[in-house]
Amino acid sequence: MTARISRWPGIELTAADLHEGKVTQTRFRPDAKYAWSAGEAMSRFLEELQNGRLIARTCRKCARVLFPPRMFCEECFRPTDAWTYIRDTGTIETFSISYLDTDARRIPEPILVGVVSLDGASPKMGMMHYFGGMTKDEIRIGMRVKAVWKPKEERRGSVLDILGFRPLGEGES
Amino acid sequence: MTLFRRRLQETGKEMCFEATKMALDSAGLTRADVDTVVCGTAPDAFDGVAMKGEYLLDGCGGYRKPYTRVFTGGGTGVFSTIAGWWHVASGLADVALVVNEEKMSSCQPHPQSVFAHIWDPILDRPLKPNLVWIFAMEMNRYMTVYGVKKEDIARVAVKNKRNAVGHPCAQLADPNITVDDVLNSEVMAWPVQRLDISPPSDGASAVVLASEDFIRKRRIKDRAWISGVGWCIDSTMWTDRDLVFPEYVARAAKMAYKMAKIDEPRRQIDFAEPYDPFDYKELHHLEGLLLADKGEAPTLTREGVTERDGKMPVCPSGGLLGVGNPIAATMGMKIGELFWQLTGQAGERQIPREVHTGVSQAWGDLMQYGSVVVMRA
Repeated sequence: MTARISRWPGIELTAADLHEGKVTQTRFRPDAKYAWSAGEAMSRFLEELQNGRLIARTCRKCARVLFPPRMFCEECFRPTDAWTYIRDTGTIETFSISYLDTDARRIPEPILVGVVSLDGASPKMGMMHYFGGMTKDEIRIGMRVKAVWKPKEERRGSVLDILGFRPLGEGES
Repeated sequence: MTLFRRRLQETGKEMCFEATKMALDSAGLTRADVDTVVCGTAPDAFDGVAMKGEYLLDGCGGYRKPYTRVFTGGGTGVFSTIAGWWHVASGLADVALVVNEEKMSSCQPHPQSVFAHIWDPILDRPLKPNLVWIFAMEMNRYMTVYGVKKEDIARVAVKNKRNAVGHPCAQLADPNITVDDVLNSEVMAWPVQRLDISPPSDGASAVVLASEDFIRKRRIKDRAWISGVGWCIDSTMWTDRDLVFPEYVARAAKMAYKMAKIDEPRRQIDFAEPYDPFDYKELHHLEGLLLADKGEAPTLTREGVTERDGKMPVCPSGGLLGVGNPIAATMGMKIGELFWQLTGQAGERQIPREVHTGVSQAWGDLMQYGSVVVMRA
């Protein structure tokens, strides 16, 4: 059909067509606001962040330490069994050096962001977070890192109670 | 399918009408022949209309018919055809029309702000993630584990943007692009650079699916057969798995291959249209589709195996990188190209040898979803 069809529909508009008002448009800005209930597992997780600790849930059947914590095991499809603290140290699984902010706008100083698998959780289980105390040339996959916590009085029960992860010093745990 | 462009004047409904009319005309059918309509389209927030399936239905030919809207993120590009297929395969319908649409230009200033809504509100969103980050993280993991060079990944963007030169709807075809152009393009979120990425687009595409009986009875000559379908999803807890290999794509592929009686995919499949919103994704997905060993896809690309005249042509359409990425409407390349190649109608893009079996695949959600269709001439 592509070989036989001569007309492909669609009228292209340029950015100039919009800005110069050559196109009829109608505009709307939604004003939707949300407040999420954190739920059973996440409420305890956020509370523990305020205490400067990371908590997971264990599943007796598959013997995994599940992080982020959840009230049911998606593999065994049964309720998880118990709470357990894990460490705030871990390993960089992957990362990006981002010159884009959340709205895809360019920023001059890059954000170092990636996934940390955490010590004490089952292999490869971890969280996304920022990295600091290292340059974009120093960061690498496999690097050992430790959480940098906000001062206790500034913690609000959010993943932002951790400022980011910094390199783990030699002999440090 | 319509043209794929950054901005089209037509509304979503109008684009759907154009694509649907083309598909029906091409099959020699009218809306009266259609038993059921499936509409595939990604987040409502792109169009800014919360009941987007209902909004588009008149343009999809779904008026006063059994009509379903399906959505599996980027995976919708291939999944909607699977949803159309099951209506026909179950015997419920003789003719199912599948229409996919995306109009991303309505969302201002950039659809990126809508992508931010896919993240977990408690774990991820406070970090203000940008969608490009997850691709960058997955790409870095893939590159680091297998020691892949950036230039071998850039070859995919070059191949697809060049392949798209023969595509009448292409948004970003470029006959002269080089690996250096990709490597020198603006760094967005390292290792992702500007030319590693497909663009946001407006566009619509449509496909007619019919039963064997109907095709024989109506003596429809332009046809290819769906011989296998598969789909699979992994957990949204994406920080709990190794991003180096798309296990969910492999599971979807195995499901489709089993149905299509394919036990040696590399020998039995002639060409592939894997999902390529980013250049490394084509490589990642070739491995998920079991058309390359783990970590081998960059080598195959460097050796020219995946070129249109290679042993296993990949994205002969030009893919999302060259034709454009109106999320669900990429069906125009993924399913459309299989049909056009298998019926010898791909024109300038025709693979220069006889092809009998093709596979297409789409991918979506939080790096967790794969949909696969195998088609035969």
